[in-house]
Amino acid sequence: MLTGFRRIVKAGFVGFWRNAYVSLASVFVITIALFVIGSTMFIDQILATSLTKLQSKVDINVYFMPNASQEEIDALRNAVAALPDVAAVTFTSREDALAAYRERNRNNEVSLQALEELSENPLGATIAIQARETSQYENIARFLDERKALESPQTPVIDEINYPRIRESIETLTAIIGAVEQASIITMVILLIAATLITFNTIRLAIYTAREEIAIMRLVGASNMFIRGPFMLQGIMYGVLAGILALLLFYPILVWLGPRTELFFEINLFTYFTTNFTYIFSVLVGIGVALGFFSSTLAVARYLRT
Amino acid sequence: MIYFDNVSKLYSDGRSAALQEVTFQVAPKEFVSIVGHSGAGKTTLLKMIIAEDRPSQGQVFFESLDVHQIPRSRLPQYRRKIGTVFQDFKLLPHKTAYENIAFAMEANGRSDEEIAENVPQALALVDLEDKAWNFPDELSGGEKQRVGIARAIVNQPDIIIADEPTGNLDPIATYEVVQILRKINDLGTTVIMTTHNKGVIDEIERRVITMDGGRIIRDDNSGRYVL
Repeated sequence: MLTGFRRIVKAGFVGFWRNAYVSLASVFVITIALFVIGSTMFIDQILATSLTKLQSKVDINVYFMPNASQEEIDALRNAVAALPDVAAVTFTSREDALAAYRERNRNNEVSLQALEELSENPLGATIAIQARETSQYENIARFLDERKALESPQTPVIDEINYPRIRESIETLTAIIGAVEQASIITMVILLIAATLITFNTIRLAIYTAREEIAIMRLVGASNMFIRGPFMLQGIMYGVLAGILALLLFYPILVWLGPRTELFFEINLFTYFTTNFTYIFSVLVGIGVALGFFSSTLAVARYLRT
Repeated sequence: MIYFDNVSKLYSDGRSAALQEVTFQVAPKEFVSIVGHSGAGKTTLLKMIIAEDRPSQGQVFFESLDVHQIPRSRLPQYRRKIGTVFQDFKLLPHKTAYENIAFAMEANGRSDEEIAENVPQALALVDLEDKAWNFPDELSGGEKQRVGIARAIVNQPDIIIADEPTGNLDPIATYEVVQILRKINDLGTTVIMTTHNKGVIDEIERRVITMDGGRIIRDDNSGRYVL
């Protein structure tokens, strides 16, 4: 068993070096495939960061009546915070709202004077609600509408919910996010299929050159594993080398690109690359190994059928 | 040992036949030559024995085993009972004579110790000890074929199948190869060989099966080549 394994490993390495040009071509093709897949990952990251930034700027505001009690406000605030769709609830007291109003209008004498003439603070407290996903704002708004509908008309707590005013923006953003995510997945799948086909055909050509050897192995009674093993190992070696090459290729590109992406998209791709290196390494080398391994296994299977 | 029971093989067009109702048997330790023109069905017949091809009709038995009922996963074990010699030698060009022979043992899962013991013996049997570390392109045609024979016998198979083993050889090399095959047969291994060469048949003087158009037209124990 161990002897057989040792022979398979040895044959794999010997085959790799003996057909150096064919091996190099296979590694090169897988490197290109992995580079394309890696690029998609980085573009996806830029998109995700941009969308998250955009999403964080969207929220639903609930304006309370100035005479609403703190208990009533807290009750609604806690109920909203308990919803699974809600990511964050930010409370602004009447006093803070007034201070913010004064700050905003510090150069507007008329507004400040009008405020002074009032005997009490005319502003109510507010809560700003952020959903986990933009598509969840609809549910939160429905919940708030139901709470408002249950209130006594004589002593209302909620003055206004701004969702109807921002609904269109949220829906547009939701549609954009959905489209971008879909496009990203479709692009990734298409690239992965293309990479698989190109890799499969390159490795198939590489194995074609060894068809005579495979025929001889079969006729001397070699088991399928003994025949297939070295090619599987070569496929894995192609994948590992291609993964490492793709990472080496990304390094200088991202060093150059990092500051620029930070400027335009608020994400430094080089920092992302270094902080997530283990993940990116695993994904690229993993896909490379899988591509090499399955392509080799499938390609050699053709010669083992009879 | 080998029994063909009414075996026919139709080509994929379904009309022309490579073999037609072939029935014969080969006993253990026999030396059988199969002769016939090109396209007579000789190679197809050998392919049936090593399960490289399947009959359209009939059965091929190896001892009591129906060859074409052997599951694909068990074919390697079955093929280890058979040593195969080819007209074009089929040596691995990047391996030396020693390594080519050792390769057949490695593929059979034999230990390094067995390989170190048996390969020199096989090389001695074909009188090639001094060429052990030569690559195929450093050997003559006859020497290549002797390496091929050594590779076929090194696992001590029950039977040797030789498909036109002298087809690419000059008369001297042909004579040497025939002598080696006879020696192997004398040591107790069954040999089935196809050939075009009348001189080879005359030299061997054993059973001759003559084929034509996929049929056996003569089965002669006196070793006569009649076409």
